Amino acid sequence: MSPEAPSRWQRLRRHRGALIAGGVLLLLALSSLIVPALSAYDYYTPQLDLISQPPSLHGGHLLGTDPLGRDLLIRVLWGCRISLLIGLAASCISIVVGVLWGAVAGYLGGATDALMMRAVDVLYSVPFVPFVIVLTVLFGRELWLMFVAIGAVSWLDIARIVRGEALSLKRREFIDAARVSGVRAAGMIGRHIVPNLLGIVIIYATLTVPTVILFEAFMSFLGLGVRVPLASLGSLIADGASDMQAHPHLLLVPAVVLATIVYCFNFIGDGLRDALDPREHS
Amino acid sequence: MSEPALLQVRDLSLDFPSAQGHFAALSGLSLEVSAGECLGLVGESGSGKSALLLAILGLLPRNARLRGSIRYRGAELLGLPAAALNQIRGARIAMVFQEPMSALNPYMRVIDQLSEVPRVHAGMSRHAAEQRALEMIEAVHIGDPERRARQYPHELSGGMRQRVMIAMALIGEPEIVLADEPTTALDVTVQAQILALLQEMRARTGAALVLVTHDLGVVAQLADRVGVMRGGRLVELAECEQLFSQPQHPYSQALLRLVPRLQSAP
Repeated sequence: MSPEAPSRWQRLRRHRGALIAGGVLLLLALSSLIVPALSAYDYYTPQLDLISQPPSLHGGHLLGTDPLGRDLLIRVLWGCRISLLIGLAASCISIVVGVLWGAVAGYLGGATDALMMRAVDVLYSVPFVPFVIVLTVLFGRELWLMFVAIGAVSWLDIARIVRGEALSLKRREFIDAARVSGVRAAGMIGRHIVPNLLGIVIIYATLTVPTVILFEAFMSFLGLGVRVPLASLGSLIADGASDMQAHPHLLLVPAVVLATIVYCFNFIGDGLRDALDPREHS
Repeated sequence: MSEPALLQVRDLSLDFPSAQGHFAALSGLSLEVSAGECLGLVGESGSGKSALLLAILGLLPRNARLRGSIRYRGAELLGLPAAALNQIRGARIAMVFQEPMSALNPYMRVIDQLSEVPRVHAGMSRHAAEQRALEMIEAVHIGDPERRARQYPHELSGGMRQRVMIAMALIGEPEIVLADEPTTALDVTVQAQILALLQEMRARTGAALVLVTHDLGVVAQLADRVGVMRGGRLVELAECEQLFSQPQHPYSQALLRLVPRLQSAP
């Protein structure tokens, strides 16, 4: 081993699973952005003379068509785009809010902690599906609404976990040492508490992204998700499931893509955790 | 004495409420620390040595009940809000902890950790603070300071970590350094180096040192005056030489008899 400790980037690169997973995700994301723009087909125009074609190399529809004759490849790539967007954006919202909320509550403790965590308890008790229905009735089915709805629910878990960690962290001696150095609460939370939570937050984030993607699929299944004809992986799976005996590829293709995305996030989380923890040095 | 002592503890009592009434950690303790001196505090575990240091810095848990007075240059510290206390902590009174591993943030590089103090107190720029941190790392004799500064605590040896702790305590140029068993977690040869470093830094900066330990040998080497604590009270406070030659209190006498001597082998 060289005398210099390997940088985080070097350590991440050593994690082959994470690299491959990152490559696959990047490929999926890029192709979901680029391919629909180049393709002759779009995700919404029905071609009633080409209904439910099986996958084939001839005729231009690589993965076949759906019961309305729309190209499945393009629809799946659009679904990827929507699912990844919702997964990443809603996870970002929930992680930022959850980490800050939990860290502040855990570090400050006392009445502040009690008040903040009771607020979390109250939100926990709000049933998710009726909440989303009310939102869609009030504001219509908008994409940003889905970010808000999913973000509003999924930060609660993170806040609880982070608060628990922060409670045990603040008893550690280095927190006392920082207090003795005169560090104020904001600096304490920002520089001492939150960085020490990174490991657990990253692990949780990799669990949150696929959960959020599945949440969205669930909402789309109920007809509360993206508006037709736009598709997400969830709504494609729901459509495919209703036709799975006659045309299994309509279910299989989006399901495989969804599973791939979920696996990839898990691998990346694994690699990131190893790379970000300065105590893990090989 | 016309000028008040640097640190004046008067009639300090500390107790924790518990199911069986309350537990007294300190009762009616008074002592003074004057500028530049080294005060050793010895006593068995649970005698209140560490509790006293934590009380001075306002680090006690919420349920602690503290009465009496702690004055720094005549100004009362007890009951001071955290914001006002932060002006004093780190800048005027600093602390060296017992366990250098747990007292350093594992996710912060040495240089970031050290430069936090001047950035918070003196409002130094990042660059100036890092420069200052590097000077301190050199001052505590850590070899290859440029490289060490950019490492994380787990990459340093125990002795080096304690040197970093000492640098962290001294970087704000405090007038009083409280050291809570600074050598207990280290092996014997490193202990001697750390003690030598403490002595050197004290001579260089002129800071007063309150050294809490249960190692009488350490006290004999470093302290000007020694306080013997037992059950939350200061049972004896004397010049170092005097305590070792003519201990007054029966407990001090008993304590000194416990020091193993080569000659006393049967």
